[in-house]
Amino acid sequence: MAATHEYRVCPDTGFKIDLQADKLIKWNAVTAIVFLLIGGFFGLMVALTRWPTVHLLPADWFYLALTAHGVDILLVWIIFFEMALLYFASSVLLQSRLPMPKVGWFAYWLMLVGALLGNVVILQGESSVMFTSYVPMKADPLFYVALLLFAVGALIVCFLFFATLVVAKSEKTYEGSLPLVTFGAMVAAIIAVYTIASGAVILIPTLLWSLGLISHIDSLMYKVIWWGMGHSSQQINVSAHVAVWYAGAAVVFGAKPISEKVCRMAFLLYILFLQLASAHHLLVEPGLSAEYKIFNTSYAFYLAVFGSMVHGLTVPGSIELAQRRRGYTKGLFEWLRKAPWGNPAFVGIFLSIIIFGFVGGISGVVLGTEQLNLIMHNTIYVPGHFHGTVAGGTTLAFMALCYWLVPVLFRREIWAPKLAQWFPWLFGLGITGIALFQMGAGTLGVSRRHWDMTFADAPLSYDYPAAAHLLMAANGVSAVIASIAGAIFCLQMVLTLLIGKKREGAVPVASDAAEGLTGHGHGAGLAVPGTFVLALVFLTSFVLYYFVNWKYLSEIWLLS
Amino acid sequence: MAITPPANRLWWNEPVERTEALWIGIALLWAVIMFVMMPYWHIYGQQNLSTEAYKISPDAYTEKVEAFVEKYKIREEGDTGIPVVKPPAGADIYMLGRLWEWYPILELEKGKQYRFHLSSVDWLHGFSIQPTNINLQVHPGYEMVLNMTPTESGEFGVVCNEFCGIGHHTMLGKIYVK
Ligand code: HEM
Ligand SMILES: [Cu+2]
Ligand SMILES: [Cu+2]
Repeated sequence: MAATHEYRVCPDTGFKIDLQADKLIKWNAVTAIVFLLIGGFFGLMVALTRWPTVHLLPADWFYLALTAHGVDILLVWIIFFEMALLYFASSVLLQSRLPMPKVGWFAYWLMLVGALLGNVVILQGESSVMFTSYVPMKADPLFYVALLLFAVGALIVCFLFFATLVVAKSEKTYEGSLPLVTFGAMVAAIIAVYTIASGAVILIPTLLWSLGLISHIDSLMYKVIWWGMGHSSQQINVSAHVAVWYAGAAVVFGAKPISEKVCRMAFLLYILFLQLASAHHLLVEPGLSAEYKIFNTSYAFYLAVFGSMVHGLTVPGSIELAQRRRGYTKGLFEWLRKAPWGNPAFVGIFLSIIIFGFVGGISGVVLGTEQLNLIMHNTIYVPGHFHGTVAGGTTLAFMALCYWLVPVLFRREIWAPKLAQWFPWLFGLGITGIALFQMGAGTLGVSRRHWDMTFADAPLSYDYPAAAHLLMAANGVSAVIASIAGAIFCLQMVLTLLIGKKREGAVPVASDAAEGLTGHGHGAGLAVPGTFVLALVFLTSFVLYYFVNWKYLSEIWLLS
Repeated sequence: MAITPPANRLWWNEPVERTEALWIGIALLWAVIMFVMMPYWHIYGQQNLSTEAYKISPDAYTEKVEAFVEKYKIREEGDTGIPVVKPPAGADIYMLGRLWEWYPILELEKGKQYRFHLSSVDWLHGFSIQPTNINLQVHPGYEMVLNMTPTESGEFGVVCNEFCGIGHHTMLGKIYVK
């Protein structure tokens, strides 16, 4: 078997890469980027419609575009890219052959057909049910078929990933334990198997129901199981982008984890509590007990949140440590000032950490607190929150990685590198604007998934405060900025492939200035004081914002 | 590096660095505080969602709402034909969500507690009182019951904030608090 595999040696990393894995990574990543472009376009259309004075699309197109935005960007872009990451983290990082590449291609086509079918069905206009497709609202049966095809494809890739781990282990392609990045990817894959199974459990009966073969699906049960997939799958994204953070720190700085033990423990917490937190979406539903909600929404005792807080320290911490070893030891922040601020891979990952933590993370915990959810549920605060996590966190991290990965895999230089320097700042700014302005409008009660905040066609009337209209306009401006940045990214990636200058020679990944020296942090004092200060700033914002929201809650009507 | 196997094969024996240990302690403490806040609020806070709910068929719920409207109706809202209902303080009060209206309009007294019933007779709807900003999810087949005390007077909008089809953005109700 092994003899049929061809390899090339990557000049930059020295890794031996299986050509089939190489090709699968490229196709999955490029397909992902194409759907990012499509999904981003729909996002812009939606945002321009929600900008009250622009109000671009008519109502039916608005709901259609919103469904397409959710499906194309949250499912298709992110998951296709994660498939590329799984191949990369297994076959490339372990320098192993990829077993059964044909199965990988089969999965690729299954996912692509699912994604295309989904888009066609949505554009036909009979399936504007949002990506959550809550019953009893019915979509075209092919809508569910499309989601299922896509999910099955992704499931197959997860199993191929596990198979590659087994092959690498038994053929001894590496020594000792899995690299941390591969470990993180493994966590993502394990969670993916669980969530796709939940998805099948609910989408298969829903398909049968849409065909008229089942007469009734309970809407509460649907939501409980659907979010078993929907929420846990966000934990896939978190695991994957944290793995990307570590990978970025490694290739840009040669950073290694401060301690492997702590990082891996934090990843493990994601697995232990992955089945929880679906209650984030059920906190104001009828009939669920408070005990269930509290336990579930907090992932037991906020242990998965705790895991993310640990990564939030260890990733920048590992960068600080690497920089200090290079001699940037002055004061608290010389290591940060002397970081490569012109490198889009670094800047993107750095901003991803900041936005995910400060914007997406804090708002997520607040939103997921049982009682606080009462003042936010289904307001546009919710999309504000998850643009902080999945757009500013996951998407920006993946995009940043592309600025390193694409030149390495395709052996071409990024087209227009000066433009690349602008990209992470612009995208970070736009997405942060989207997140914060939507959160602000949500705090003023503006609804999510809503075509007309002036209620012009309603028999009764209600006026949101003027500030709410202003915030939605600011959201529109931020959306334009984010879309320009997103377009720059897609354009650069495509043009790099088509006309980017062929690279000669190698740009070796950074190596740790003191690789092999293990004696860090054993003396007095902290090894990474700068990061610790940043972490304390984070904690302070977290605590303040958390209690401000309890204050808001205490001002609403009394409920018991 | 993070993209290669750990240099030290016995990585689990490495001591945890001091910054990490400190942060782990702080983060765990914060996690516990956040966890405790929820039961704490159930005991001392005044904004907690009741867990009282019943299964009910859409027809049975509609009947209850109609009886309620008949009993306490005081007028119609302008020329919309929508009934305005003024129940006595402490009464059982009802609201129903359907494509695309919140029915009926309620007139309540500030500072008085009501037993509030809420359900949908078709799809999911989102009950959102503005500007006080209370948001509840409404399912068909489930009747949610909670004690509610308005603490401010004025005219309140009831927005639907769960997507419920092409008329979703016209689904607007009203509550008066006097
Ligand atoms: C150009 C960048 C983007 C813009 C302008 C944008 C804008 C928007 C807007 C305005 C909404 C509608 C909120 C509402 O009315 O309820 C929305 C929803 C959403 N966005 Fe984005 N977004 C962008 C990027 C992303 C990215 C990168 C992701 C995820 C990877 C994402 C995921 C979502 C999801 C899941 C929804 C919810 C859809 C639903 O309610 O069904 N967006 N976005
Ligand atoms: Cu509705
Ligand atoms: Cu609605």
